Amino acid sequence: MTERWNAGVIPYAEMGYWEPDYEPKPSDILCAFRITPQPGVPPEEAGAAVAGESSTATWTVVWTDRLTDHEHYQAKCYRVDPVPGVEGQFIAYIAYDIDLFEEGSIANLTSSIIGNVFGFKALLALRLEDMRIPPHYTKTFQGPAHGIVMEREYLNKYGRPLLGATTKPKLGLSARNYGRVVYEALRGGLDFTKDDENINSQPFMRWHDRFLHCMEAVNRAEAETGEIKGHYLNVTAATMEDMYERAAFASELGSVIVMIDLTVGYTAIQSMAKWARANGVLLHLHRAGHGTYTRQKNHGVSFRVIAKWMRLAGVDHIHAGTVVGKLEGDPNMVAGYYDTLRLDHVQPDPLKGLYFEQDWASMPGCMPVASGGIHAGQMHQLLHYLGEDVVLQFGGGTIGHPMGIAAGAAANRVALEAMIKARNEGRDFMREGEDILKAAAKRSHELDVALATWGDITFNYASTDTPDVVQTPVSV
Amino acid sequence: MRITQGTFAYLPDFTDEEITQQAQYAIDNGWPLSVEFTDDPHPRNNYWEMWGLPMFDLTDAAGVLYEVNECRKAYPSHYIKLNAYDAHYGRQTTALSFIVNRPAVEPGFRLDRQGGPGRQVRYTIHPYALDKPKGDRY
Repeated sequence: MTERWNAGVIPYAEMGYWEPDYEPKPSDILCAFRITPQPGVPPEEAGAAVAGESSTATWTVVWTDRLTDHEHYQAKCYRVDPVPGVEGQFIAYIAYDIDLFEEGSIANLTSSIIGNVFGFKALLALRLEDMRIPPHYTKTFQGPAHGIVMEREYLNKYGRPLLGATTKPKLGLSARNYGRVVYEALRGGLDFTKDDENINSQPFMRWHDRFLHCMEAVNRAEAETGEIKGHYLNVTAATMEDMYERAAFASELGSVIVMIDLTVGYTAIQSMAKWARANGVLLHLHRAGHGTYTRQKNHGVSFRVIAKWMRLAGVDHIHAGTVVGKLEGDPNMVAGYYDTLRLDHVQPDPLKGLYFEQDWASMPGCMPVASGGIHAGQMHQLLHYLGEDVVLQFGGGTIGHPMGIAAGAAANRVALEAMIKARNEGRDFMREGEDILKAAAKRSHELDVALATWGDITFNYASTDTPDVVQTPVSV
Repeated sequence: MRITQGTFAYLPDFTDEEITQQAQYAIDNGWPLSVEFTDDPHPRNNYWEMWGLPMFDLTDAAGVLYEVNECRKAYPSHYIKLNAYDAHYGRQTTALSFIVNRPAVEPGFRLDRQGGPGRQVRYTIHPYALDKPKGDRY
């Protein structure tokens, strides 16, 4: 024991950060890290170093540790497994006592868990694969401002995925022309239209003008259809003061929903979630920028962890992949994200990349949004992979319709309702999907034209973020 | 115009057989069905009149269709919808809801605009039918 306190440098593993006999407490926060140690660094030492650097340790022994109940505060790496079939990579399981974190703060949680440690020299690469957030900690967060159930009751829309589209071109339209796209798409049959992530308040269209024109379009479309409609007004801005100002104006105009980008940061997201609940406005989150740290398998943060943090932070919508569209997304991995966002209790499943059991302790679900290169001809696949509680967003697949935007919207809505009807009637819609769509198209010229235009468009590229071929063992 | 509330508004109106199939799907999921009617189709009218209580213990889809048809006989020119309710923990909300009867002519909605400062407009969606008293609207 005395050697532990000799001045100088000793391995992290010997400082108490490697505890193979440790049994995680129900209140511990657990992490699964994919570690790639530098040559010559044993995996247990690398795991201990991650535990140390993401909790109490520094590079050398400090006597001031002895002024604390240091073992209580030390994170403990309790298990290290080689990644099957990948040389030099390991999954390190680390337990953190709940006392290490401030209640209800994603910023504080992440400053520890993905703070300094990601630049640590003893590792070639580091990836946070998954986290188990215990109910003790979950309950300190607000969670989704409304959640899936409240959103459906608010919009009066049940039994089918919601439909949306992002206004295109994403940049350059004047406010008046922009509102035209919104009006046509909504009156044609979509539930939502959306600002793109980089539409904020540029010289070609200022936010105030955009909001006024979009709300004219939303109200006109409601009157034309007798349905509740919404446009995600993007309130992303340089400062919280600007965001609050824009959100307050959206609320005053009667918008059912506003949106923010992931780039605003965790604290701003939590602030907007609080605002959204207080004002009864749904909150949509566009995951702008996530691909910079979620896509590569050996380094960064898995999107399932981001999804978990965002459900805690309190957004009502978050983009979570399409499987069949133009953007990255292995079917199993996307299923893991969707489970994380929607279910109350998630079981570990290595095929879906889920390392831990996650009990959401009655926190409402967050509506996943599927957007990017999807079209009506994929409706059976979208329903099969993504289920019913999802917003399907067809941007090009609505606005690019040869007969016009409203026709594109109607084609999507007909395809969706026909597929839901067939599923409820007990048909094998995944196998019979094309026939179901063709039959529906006989009574919808809009859908017929959509299928002729995009029916055979696919994006068949291999995913970079996939489950390991051999199942990775799961900790409970 | 055609009011497009409900799960299947963009498909042709369902036949009795198609309604029965959807009711069977709900029953198979353990979702009790209920019938509601109104002559105020404002999109934010959450409380249509209830045609009796939800059919909690009914396991026969033909019985659901019977209630739909009884409601149609009583209110042939009203909007009537069939709802399925999911009482499971974590849902406790409507699972499926679609219109099974609508007036022959749907006059739709007027959009009233009231100008305000800063080019702001206050919008009111006004169902034309609401100008007449309840019961005389369609």
